[in-house]
Amino acid sequence: MTTTSPVCAPSPSPATRPGTAVVTGIGVAAPNGFGTAAWWAAVLRGESGIGPITRFDASGYPVRLAGEVPGFVAADHVSSRLLPQTDRVTRLSLAVAREALDDAGVDPAGLPDYGAGVVTASSAGGFEFGQRELQALWSRGSRYVSAYQSFAWFYAVNTGQISIRHGLRGPSGAVVSEQAGGLDAVAQARRQIRRGTPLMITGGVDSALCPWGWAAHLADGRLSTADDPAVAFLPFDAGARGHVVGEGGALFVLEEAEAARERGAAVYGSIAGCAATFDADGSAHLADAARLALADAGVTRHDIDVVFADAAGDRAADRAEAAAIAGLFGRFGVPVTAPKSMAGRLLAGGASLDLAAALLALRDQVIPPTTGTRRPADDCPIDLVTGAPRRGVRLRTALVLARGQGGFNAAAVVSRAD
Amino acid sequence: MKHLDLSELTALLRECAGQEEGVDLDGDVLDTPFTDLGYDSLAMLQTTGRIERDYEVTLDGIVDGAGTPHAYLDAVNRALAAQEAA
Repeated sequence: MTTTSPVCAPSPSPATRPGTAVVTGIGVAAPNGFGTAAWWAAVLRGESGIGPITRFDASGYPVRLAGEVPGFVAADHVSSRLLPQTDRVTRLSLAVAREALDDAGVDPAGLPDYGAGVVTASSAGGFEFGQRELQALWSRGSRYVSAYQSFAWFYAVNTGQISIRHGLRGPSGAVVSEQAGGLDAVAQARRQIRRGTPLMITGGVDSALCPWGWAAHLADGRLSTADDPAVAFLPFDAGARGHVVGEGGALFVLEEAEAARERGAAVYGSIAGCAATFDADGSAHLADAARLALADAGVTRHDIDVVFADAAGDRAADRAEAAAIAGLFGRFGVPVTAPKSMAGRLLAGGASLDLAAALLALRDQVIPPTTGTRRPADDCPIDLVTGAPRRGVRLRTALVLARGQGGFNAAAVVSRAD
Repeated sequence: MKHLDLSELTALLRECAGQEEGVDLDGDVLDTPFTDLGYDSLAMLQTTGRIERDYEVTLDGIVDGAGTPHAYLDAVNRALAAQEAA
């Protein structure tokens, strides 16, 4: 893989190039709002969804805060036949996928066979389901393990259930690259659009808020042990002390631009550029992912109006990201924000939620704030939007950054619909 | 003597695998294929496992070909009777 920027020949604007993937539908489940409209309104109000864990008794654990999706009643979104065979993450995914399809105003049944596919990101599949069945196995015996464990735990289960429910039999798959997955999945779906599939559902919704999941999160060693939700997750702050884990994410309906126009679909924006890099030998390549995504979009750094940061909430990782952004755009050279400060890091769903925020920021011409953090640390020379939304800025193109544990980097450039 | 009847079977199907929309399990379903009732092989595997536990019976290979509640109940009750006799 090369990390040098390819030279881009002049080309039509990304939103109109044939094979361009545009977003025509958005669905969201987030700790600070279930449903796109509720979540986005909460984000602009600076309302956090981080609080004490209620899903299990976390009193004995060193970390007791999380971002839980509020008010989700599975039976309202999932059939009685599906309830015994689905983890919470799949139920959330099905609800979010339906919102995205409804938002796009498209009836998948009317599409040609194999004309629509699904690519979602996952980090651990149906973890809570898996914990329950492992407990049954080791405490009561193999006869007590659900037959549905065969697939309910699996990374690809959300893709599979969305595909089955809506009859989407086109190119499909699952991407596992930790927190970078929420962008990597969209990049893969975009490839399928370019190869001729008219419609894709893509993004990530994730959840692992159970004792087994918690043990895995804690082993990561980067979680904040604060008990006060207001100061637990402070990206780029001098007092950053780790992150909070949340659940949720976003799914999108992606369509080929021309096809979307023909059916008169409302378009949020285009996925103009995508790239992924991998850290190796102690060197960080987040900036390279950003450069490659810009090149892929055929834009320069001057075209980027706002950056949605990965925002690890870890001093070293924050410094590294700030250096990457400042290196690319200059010190304080571009507005940067991290609305995930209100949701926590959502595993494979996080970067998808940031992508949704970027698209709505472009639509509403407003940069959502980073909450908690009052100002970035002196060693993070970035123009971080804090406290309140920033309005009165012209937003045409946004850059979304994501890093996944283990060395994954991903970047996506989204452009406003014309 | 242990015995499984239709209402017990439909209750277990509901509990183990849910109920397909538009299907009336309380109606005359004795000879309706499980597939028409919305139950696939995994649903039957899950339900059979539950019956094996609740009724302390082994049904390995015994209910595999039973495509309707009628055939399934016959197979299960034969196994229960055979176990009782043994």
